[in-house]
Amino acid sequence: MFAAIGDPTRLDLITRLADGGARSITTLGEGLPISRQAVAKHLDVLLNAGLVQRSHTGREARFALQRQAIEEARLWLDEVGAQWDEALRRMKAFVEDGD
Amino acid sequence: MSNSIIKTIDIDAPLAKVWDALTDHEKFGAWFRVAIDQPFAVGQPSTGHMTYPGYEQYPWVARIVAIEPMKRFAYEWPATGGDKDAMAAGVAEWTLVEFLLEPVAGGTRVTVTESGFDRVPEPRRTDVMRSNDGGWAEQVKNIRDYVRG
Repeated sequence: MFAAIGDPTRLDLITRLADGGARSITTLGEGLPISRQAVAKHLDVLLNAGLVQRSHTGREARFALQRQAIEEARLWLDEVGAQWDEALRRMKAFVEDGD
Repeated sequence: MSNSIIKTIDIDAPLAKVWDALTDHEKFGAWFRVAIDQPFAVGQPSTGHMTYPGYEQYPWVARIVAIEPMKRFAYEWPATGGDKDAMAAGVAEWTLVEFLLEPVAGGTRVTVTESGFDRVPEPRRTDVMRSNDGGWAEQVKNIRDYVRG
């Protein structure tokens, strides 16, 4: 999942879906310097990672964010980051106060 | 683009003292809250157990990657995210932790970077209460900031 997020274009696509709405490949690719096929390929990666879901309106596929997956990833990184904040505070206290 | 978490703190002490607190395994253990069985040595495993309250039953496992005196200390460890089940069972994915030291006015700057989250297929679940109060644009921005490091 983190590998799926760790790409500038895919981050951009996720950001474009951040409001929770469903969008077509064409809409998502607007303004991006890559082909429609490339956008579709990136969306496939996000789909396989469980970060987006696909629905169909007529013949057109539309993509929307899987909010729970994003939330879980964020919470996990939040947790790891908070643990480091705490560890560094303990290190500072240890060095400065001989705690 | 790197999948990493970066944290920085300034410590009001000379660099040599900070380096000692970081790389002496007993001093490291005192503030990190872990009892480590042997001195740190490059290329060697580091073993022991946590002393952090509530985590005393869990193992400490790491592999020392670099000890560059007064500059850089790095190790790899399992990407458990502090999750007790993952800590007990062990996980296949390891992340890299790097401490960089640099002198600043009045003390020492410590920068810790944990990277390699792109090797973690799924986020470990946490016990953190879910909150849907924040806007989703903000949530995505947060995660983007994290992974951009």
